[in-house]
Amino acid sequence: MRILGIDSSGLVASVAVTDDDVLLGEFTTDYKKTHSTTLMPMLDELIKMLGIDIKTIDAIATAEGPGSFTGLRIGAATVKGLAYALKVPVIAVPTVDAIAYNLYGSKRLICPLMDARRQQAYSGLYRFDETNEFVVKKEQEPEAIKDIIDRINIADEPVTFLGDGVPVFKDYIEKNATVDYDFAPAFCSRQRAGAVASLGKKYFDREFYTSAEEFRPVYLRKSQAEREREEKAGANA
Amino acid sequence: MSDIKILGIESSCDETAAAVVVNGREVLSNEISTQIPIHTLYGGVVPEIASRKHVERITQVVDLALKKAGTPPGEIDAVAVTYGPGLVGPLLVGVSFAKAFAYAKQKPFLGINHISGHISANYIEAADLKPPFLCLVVSGGHTHLVRVIDYGKYEVLGRTVDDAAGEAFDKVARAIGLGYPGGPKIEKEAKNGDPDSIEFPRAKVADHPYDFSFSGLKSAVLNYLNHEKMAGHEINRANVAASFQKAVVGALTDHAEMAIDEFGEDKFAIAGGVASNGALRASIEALCQRKGVKFYRPAPILCTDNGAMIAAAGYYEFEEGVRSGLDLNAEPGLML
Repeated sequence: MRILGIDSSGLVASVAVTDDDVLLGEFTTDYKKTHSTTLMPMLDELIKMLGIDIKTIDAIATAEGPGSFTGLRIGAATVKGLAYALKVPVIAVPTVDAIAYNLYGSKRLICPLMDARRQQAYSGLYRFDETNEFVVKKEQEPEAIKDIIDRINIADEPVTFLGDGVPVFKDYIEKNATVDYDFAPAFCSRQRAGAVASLGKKYFDREFYTSAEEFRPVYLRKSQAEREREEKAGANA
Repeated sequence: MSDIKILGIESSCDETAAAVVVNGREVLSNEISTQIPIHTLYGGVVPEIASRKHVERITQVVDLALKKAGTPPGEIDAVAVTYGPGLVGPLLVGVSFAKAFAYAKQKPFLGINHISGHISANYIEAADLKPPFLCLVVSGGHTHLVRVIDYGKYEVLGRTVDDAAGEAFDKVARAIGLGYPGGPKIEKEAKNGDPDSIEFPRAKVADHPYDFSFSGLKSAVLNYLNHEKMAGHEINRANVAASFQKAVVGALTDHAEMAIDEFGEDKFAIAGGVASNGALRASIEALCQRKGVKFYRPAPILCTDNGAMIAAAGYYEFEEGVRSGLDLNAEPGLML
């Protein structure tokens, strides 16, 4: 089964093609250029380099969110355009889960951190058990960095941090973490479409997928206008 | 010559739209999914909400447009999409979808200027219309007086230096409690009012006779409302709406007359959302009759933001050999 993986949820833009258990190719950049100018040219380069026909893709796995609102909608609209034209299913993979999946086989707790501004991170807590089964200990959500580190201190287990929130929260972690911690190395410290496609394959095998029409990004946060309107309604109630 | 079928996609503001048009003139389908009911809750378009709604609707709207046209995706000759001007988030949805769809179907892809789209709506409405002609583009975001030199080739004579005409409608509608969207609501209210009851100014822009300014008019209306309120007078909404509308239509018509006199074109067209305003249509039509100039105006469904106008503009650019790259970005401030 041939899966196209796409992740444009953060600063990284990444596309990958997997055939079952083989990564045919991956193109990942972490560069301050809008994804609308990079994502499709990268996909085109990758497909050309691999010498395959885009029509041979069986499914598209994408980081569904959370992430940058703009990044998520560029990714979602791109995925919808491709999946609709190719008539293939969309496999929606939680962004933070896919980042954690980069550390397959690790015996430590895995704590991805994506900068969510306002001293918050989109984070979750993961591990691989004795049989290397991927276990979601805590589902992804936006949370204050203090609460994330407090929980890790209470768990009292070695942990690996990764994600684009690491440089943002490194000082805080160094000052406040009381457990054995480390940071993932460059090749697996950010979003990678190869991980999205690999985890997406597992979702697909469990028949967990949707269509171009039905797929919606998971923002995990409402727009500012909606929040303010609800606060007003709450205050008047 | 075989027929050219273009899929047009538009998502620059609060309508998700797609259409299939043959040879720039014959509309096979024109699907529009409006978000007006949602934005009405906020008194205007909220960009983040608009962007999210476009993502939810785009696939279904394109699918409906293709199905109603009886055109399988493979039979499309090219995909045309609005890439500016407009709201960046909404624009990115259409641009990203169109690019990916065209790429997967191995079809040419073109980014289209939204204003060029509005002007091109006239080609759909009137089979006989050919450049050169003059065109007044008036909408919620734009006010342009343009000389159409050839298909897709424009000379902008004047544009608004502050608010767009439609924006002034929205702001005044809000001030007199009519709500969003202001254009249709003011027009309806104005029908019961006396347009000569209040004298509002028609602003001119010094040294740039073709440019427009509507913020002064908007302020004049707000000042009038304030003044009346302080004096304890009851506001006659219908009279305010009618007098305000008359001032806007008057300014637009004055500019149109100046352009007809100076450039001597024998055709004049209007375009954009505000071009469905009955008072504006009647005023420009009367002007054209007086001057012996042929008047063109699209049906209201082609005045509002739609995919057919983008496909029509796309057709002429496609024939010129214009193609966009996969790195095309949204350009919210794109000029005509």
